[in-house]
Amino acid sequence: MTKKKQRNNRLVFGVMIVLLLIYLLPFAMVLINSVKAKRDVITNPLSLIGEQGFYGKNYLLAIERMNFGQVFFNSLIITISSVLLIVLFSSMTAHFFTRNKWKINKFIFFLMVTSMVIPFQVLMIPIVSVYGNIFHILNSRVTLICMHVGFGISMGTFMFHGAIVSSIPLELEEAARMDGCGRLKTYFIIVMPLLKPTVVTLVIIDALAIWNDYLLPSLILSKKELYTLPIAAQSFHGDFSSDYGLMMAGLVMTVLPILILYFALQKHIIDGVVSGAVKG
Amino acid sequence: MKKEKSIRSAIHNAGSFAVFVGPGLFFFVMTIIVPLCYGFYLTLTDWNGIAKTKEFVGIKNYLTAFQDTKFWGAMGLTLIFTLISVILVNYVAFHLARLVTSGIKGQNFFRAAFFTPNLIGGVVLGYIWQFIFSRALVALGKSLEIGFLSKSWLSNTVPAVCALILVTVWQYSGYMMLIYIAGFMNIPKNLKEAARIDGCDEKQVRKYIVTPLMTSSFIVCIFLSITRCFMTYDVNLSLTEGNPFGSTVMAAMFVYRKAFSDKNYGLGQTEAILLFAVCAIVSLLQVYITKREEIEA
Repeated sequence: MTKKKQRNNRLVFGVMIVLLLIYLLPFAMVLINSVKAKRDVITNPLSLIGEQGFYGKNYLLAIERMNFGQVFFNSLIITISSVLLIVLFSSMTAHFFTRNKWKINKFIFFLMVTSMVIPFQVLMIPIVSVYGNIFHILNSRVTLICMHVGFGISMGTFMFHGAIVSSIPLELEEAARMDGCGRLKTYFIIVMPLLKPTVVTLVIIDALAIWNDYLLPSLILSKKELYTLPIAAQSFHGDFSSDYGLMMAGLVMTVLPILILYFALQKHIIDGVVSGAVKG
Repeated sequence: MKKEKSIRSAIHNAGSFAVFVGPGLFFFVMTIIVPLCYGFYLTLTDWNGIAKTKEFVGIKNYLTAFQDTKFWGAMGLTLIFTLISVILVNYVAFHLARLVTSGIKGQNFFRAAFFTPNLIGGVVLGYIWQFIFSRALVALGKSLEIGFLSKSWLSNTVPAVCALILVTVWQYSGYMMLIYIAGFMNIPKNLKEAARIDGCDEKQVRKYIVTPLMTSSFIVCIFLSITRCFMTYDVNLSLTEGNPFGSTVMAAMFVYRKAFSDKNYGLGQTEAILLFAVCAIVSLLQVYITKREEIEA
C-alpha cells in the first residue's frame, strides 16, 4: 500500500515538474532572447545562443533608453508612500469605527465596504474629467499617490476592522487610558503594534497592486519623467517593437526587481495574498 | 455645568473623529464618491472632454448605448471570454491545488512557482506572450511543420481570443490555486478518516467529503475570476491591442476608447456603468446559485 502510494507520489511529482516547465517557459524564452542581437531573434528565437553570440549590450541600451533609474525611482516612491499612507489612515479609521459605534461611523463603514465592488472602469472617466478638466492637477506624483490611497482605504479599513474586533481586547486600551494615555497615544503604543500581522498582509497586497498598476497611472501621468515601470514598459515597447532583443531586455528589467523581492520574502507574500483574498 | 461638560465632550469627539477618520475619509470621498456621482451626471450630458460647456441630454445616452451594436458585440465577446476563462482557470487551479497538497516533495516550492505570473502586471505579461505567439511559437511551428502553429495566432480573430484566454488562465490559475490550497488545508482530517473507515474509497471520499467542503472556496474563486475577467484591460491592450481589425476589443477597452479616443465622455461613462451592471448581475447570480450548495464544516 505504502509502496503504491510512494510510486503514485513520484508520478505526481513528475507531472508537476512538467507542468511547471510549461508554466515558466515564457519567462525562459524572454530571458534567452534578451541576450541576442536583433537579427538572431528574428531568424531563430528558439536557439539558446544567437550566431552573433552573447549580446549583453541590450541591457545597457535598455537601461539607458527606458530611463530606468528615474522610472524605477518613480515606481518606488509612489508605491512606498501610497502603502504607508493607506496603512496609517485605514487602521486609524478602523480603530475609531470599532471603538465608537456611532450611526455616522456605521454608515461610512457600510459605504466603504459596498464601494469595494465598484470596478475602476466606472470611475476612470469622471476621475479624468474632475481632476484633469476642473482642478488641473494631473501629471503629478502627489495626485497619483492620493488616488492610490483613496482606492486602498476601503479594503484597508475593512481588514483592520476585522482584526481589531477579533484580536485586540478593549480592556488593554482601557488600562492604557487609566494610565493617562490619550486616544492617539493609545493607538500608537497599544493598538498599532498588535496589528502587525494585518499590516504585513495589507502592505503585500497593496504594494503588488500599486507597483503593477497600469491604467490609473497611465491616465494621470503623461510626462516621460514621471512614468512608472508599467507605463515605461508600454512606451518602450511602442518605440522599439522591431528590436526584439532590446525589448526583451527591457521586459526582464521591469520584472526583475519584483522577482528578487519574491525570492526573499516568498512565504510572507504567499501568506499575505491568501489571507487577503479570503477576507476580501 | 452638566451642559458645558457634554458640549466639551462633543467637541472632543468631533476632534478625534477628524484626526482618526478625517484623512482616510477625505481621500475615499475624493477618489470614489465624488467621481461616482460626477459619473452619473456625465451620463446625462454629451460632453466631449474638451468643451467648456456641457449640453444636458437627459437619458439619450442610455438609449444610444442600448442600441450601440458595437458595444454589445464587445460585451458578447467579453461574456464568452469570461465564461471559458473562468471554467478553465478554476479547473486548472483546483487540480493544481489538489496535486500540490497530495503530499509530494517540495510542495511549497511548487506553490510559489505557480504563483509567479501574478507578481507581474498584465501589461508586461501581455508583451511577453505577444513575443511567444508571434515569434517563438511560429518558429517552432515552422521547424516542426505543425500547421496551426506556423502562423501567428494573433493575426486571426478566433486564435487571438484563444491566446487571450490562454494567457488569462496562465496568469490567474496560480492565484486561485492558493485559495483552493487554503480550502484543502481547512478540511478536517478526521472527516476523511471517518469516511475511509466507513468503507469509502478515494474517489468517494473526494465526491462526498472533499468537494462539498470546498464549496466556499469555489464561491470565492469563481467570484474573483468572474469580476477580473469581465474587467480585463491590461492583457487585452498589450497582447492584441484589439487587433486584428478591432475584432478582439473587449468591453473594458471599448469603454476606454469610446471616452478617450472617440472623445465621447457621456456615452463612454454610460457604457461603463452598463458594463458594471452586467458584471454585477452575473457575479451575484453565481454567488446566489452556489451558496445554496454550501455546507457548514
